[in-house]
Amino acid sequence: MLKLVTKRCKGCGICVNFCPKKVLEVTEVGKCAIIKDKEKDCIRCGQCEMRCPDYAIFVEK
Amino acid sequence: MGMEQLVEKYFRPGRLPHIWCPGCGNGVITGAIVKAVDKQGLSKDEVALISGIGCSSRSSGYLDFNTANTLHGRALPIASGLKMANPALKVIVASGDGDCTAIGGNHLIHAARRNIDLTLVVYNNSIYGMTGGQYSPMTPKGSKATTAPYLTIEPSFNLLDLAKAAGATFCARATTFHVPLMVDVIAKGIAHKGFSIIECVSACPINFGRQNKAGTPAKMMEWQRDHGVMKAAWDKMDEEKKAEAIAAGKFPIGVLFETNDVQEYTEAYDEVIRRAQGGK
Amino acid sequence: MSRVLLLQGNQAVVEGAIAAGVKFYGGYPITPSTEIAEQLAARLPQVGGKFMQTEDEIAGLGAAIGASMGGKKAMTATSGPGFSLKQEMLGLACTAEIPVVLVDVQRVGPATGQPTSPAQGEVMMTRWGTHGDHWVIVVSPSSVPECFWLTIRAVNLAEKYRVPVIILMDEVIGHMREKIELPDDYSTVETVDRVRPTCKPEEYLAYGTTEDNMVPAMADYGSGYRWHVTGLIHDETGFPKGTPAGTVNALNRLHDKIYNNLADIVTFENYKMDDAEFAVLSFGGAARTAYEAVDMARAEGLKVGFFRPITIWPFPEKEVKELAGKVKGILVHELNYGQYVLEVERVVAGKCPVTLYGKYDNESATPQELLAEIKKAMGR
Repeated sequence: MLKLVTKRCKGCGICVNFCPKKVLEVTEVGKCAIIKDKEKDCIRCGQCEMRCPDYAIFVEK
Repeated sequence: MGMEQLVEKYFRPGRLPHIWCPGCGNGVITGAIVKAVDKQGLSKDEVALISGIGCSSRSSGYLDFNTANTLHGRALPIASGLKMANPALKVIVASGDGDCTAIGGNHLIHAARRNIDLTLVVYNNSIYGMTGGQYSPMTPKGSKATTAPYLTIEPSFNLLDLAKAAGATFCARATTFHVPLMVDVIAKGIAHKGFSIIECVSACPINFGRQNKAGTPAKMMEWQRDHGVMKAAWDKMDEEKKAEAIAAGKFPIGVLFETNDVQEYTEAYDEVIRRAQGGK
Repeated sequence: MSRVLLLQGNQAVVEGAIAAGVKFYGGYPITPSTEIAEQLAARLPQVGGKFMQTEDEIAGLGAAIGASMGGKKAMTATSGPGFSLKQEMLGLACTAEIPVVLVDVQRVGPATGQPTSPAQGEVMMTRWGTHGDHWVIVVSPSSVPECFWLTIRAVNLAEKYRVPVIILMDEVIGHMREKIELPDDYSTVETVDRVRPTCKPEEYLAYGTTEDNMVPAMADYGSGYRWHVTGLIHDETGFPKGTPAGTVNALNRLHDKIYNNLADIVTFENYKMDDAEFAVLSFGGAARTAYEAVDMARAEGLKVGFFRPITIWPFPEKEVKELAGKVKGILVHELNYGQYVLEVERVVAGKCPVTLYGKYDNESATPQELLAEIKKAMGR
C-alpha cells in the first residue's frame, strides 16, 4: 500500500512526525521505513506523500 | 493524479534524488508547482520555468518544461524577454528569498510595476542556503546567521506588501505545511493575467535551523502550521489582535491581494504595435 | 533600388538591426548610445518587433537573452559604465550560447568620464570583460555606412555561431552624420537565421554537435523541444557536468567554434598597402584619421599604408604577422593609453618595431597630428 523509494529518501523524519497512525520510522541507516507489522494501521490519509520533500513515499492505489 | 504519477509525468527522468538537504522545503514547493501546472491542464511544452541562482533555482533542472537556470537575481529580466518573445508561453519564475529580494530586488519591483504576465514563486527559507547560512533580506530580525554571529539587526521585508506597492496584481502566500493551499494559490497565480507573486514560506533546517536552534525539519514545519493564519481568520482580527499576532511572528496566508483592473504588459505592447503601424 | 540619407552612426545601427531581422531590444538610456534605444523604440513595433526599456543595464541584456531563447533576434546597446554592468549577462550568453548583439558606443572613462567625447578605452574589456575564459566576436565600424552593414553582419554572426557579438563603436562614429545609401527593400539583405533542430523532440540534444559542426541547433522555447539553459558548465544534454574532462570539452568547443572559423569571421581592410614600407594600424573612429594621414604621407613621397581590422576580436593574427614581415614598422593609433597595441606587439613579436600613438584627451587626432607621429616613427 505504501511505496517507498529508498534511493530518494534522506531520512528527514517529516513523514514519521506527521503520520497520524505512527506507521513509519527512520531506521539506523537514515532512511524511512514501515515499522514491522504496522502497515495494516495505515489509513491512507496521504500526509506522508503530501509532505515528503523528496518524492520518496507514495500511497499506492 | 498522485505525486508518484506527477513525478513520472513532469520530472526529467534520472535527475532524482535532488540536491536539497534532508527536510528542505524546496521539494514540497517544486511538487506544488507541478501539481498547480497539472491542475491548470497545461502541457509541458507551453510552460517555461526560469530560475536564478541558489538552492531553489535548481528546481528548473528537475522539471521537464522549457527551463533555464540563469544568473543570481536575474531570472525576472530573462523571463520578461522570453514572455515578450512568446506571450503564449506560461512563464513561471522560481526564485529564492535572497535571489528575489536582494540581488534581484530591482528586477522584482519593475516586473511587478509593468504587470507582465509572469508567475513568480518565491521559495522563502529566510536564509542564503547554498552559500551556507548568511542572512537575507527575509531573515527575521534577531536571527543568527554566519554573517550575523551577534544576531541580525536588519528588519526584513514584508515581501507581499512590497510587491503590491510596486504594482503586482496577484499576491499570495502559503507555507510548506499548507500544501493544498500552496497548490491552489500557485494555480490561481498561473491563471491570473498579470504579474503574480506567491511567497512560499519554507524551512532550511540545516543552514537556518541549526544556527537558530529551530529543531527538526518536522518541528520547523509545525512552526509554519502554528504561525500561518488563513486570510479569512486574519481579516477578522481587529488592529490590536493583528499587532499581537505579528509580534508573535504570525502572518496571513492565502490570496492576499488580487485585481484584474490593470492591463497586462504584453497586451499593452500589442497596442503599441498597432499604433506604430498606423492603427488606432 | 536604394535611398540616400544623412544619418548618424547610431541611426545606421538601428536600420541595420531592422534589416537583419532584429525583433527585440532591451536596454537602458546612456550617452552616447541612447539614440539606438530611442530609434528602435519607434522602428521595432513598426515591423512587429518589441522594445523594452528595462530598469537597468543588466536587465537590458537579460531581456534580450530571454527574447533570443524565445526565438527572436535580439540586441541591446550601451556605453562605458553600462557595459561594465552587462558583463555578467555576457558570460551567461557565452556559456549558454545564446545569440545576442551588444552595441558599445565608447566614451571617455573610467566612470562617468566624459560622456559626450570619444575614446576607445573598452578594447580590452570587449575581449576580456566578462568572467571566466570565454570567446566573443567584436566588430568595429569606421563609418556610418559601415555601422549599417556591420550591424547586419553582427546579427548574422551571432546567429551562425550562437555567440554574443559586440559592435564596438565610439562617440565619433555613433554621433557623426554621414551620407548613407540604404536598400529600399530590406528583404534583399542577406540574413542568417540560427539553425533550428529538425530531429524528433525526444531525440534533441540541446548541445549536441559533430566534429564538422560545432554549433548546436537551437530550439525556440515553446516550440516543442524542451531543453535546459544553465550557466553551469554542461555537456551535450545541457545539464551540468562538473568533471575535469567535461569542463575541458565544454570550454574547448566554445573556443573552437570560433577559432576554427577565423577565415569566415575575421575581416579587415588594406589601404594603400601594396607597396607600403610602413603601416598604420587603426580601427573604429580612430581609423578615420588614418586615411587622410596616409594620403598626406604619400603626397610627401613616403610609402605608408594603412591596415584596418574590422573584426577586432578574434585578433587578425595571421594578417598582422604577415604585415610585420612586410613593413619596416607599424604605428598603432588608438584613442586610449595603449590597449590594442599590446596585442599587436605580442603577435609581431619583434619582427618589426611597433610604436603607439595613443590619444586620450577627449578628441580625435587630426591627420596632421597623425602624420607627425608617422614621420617620427619612421625616423623622418
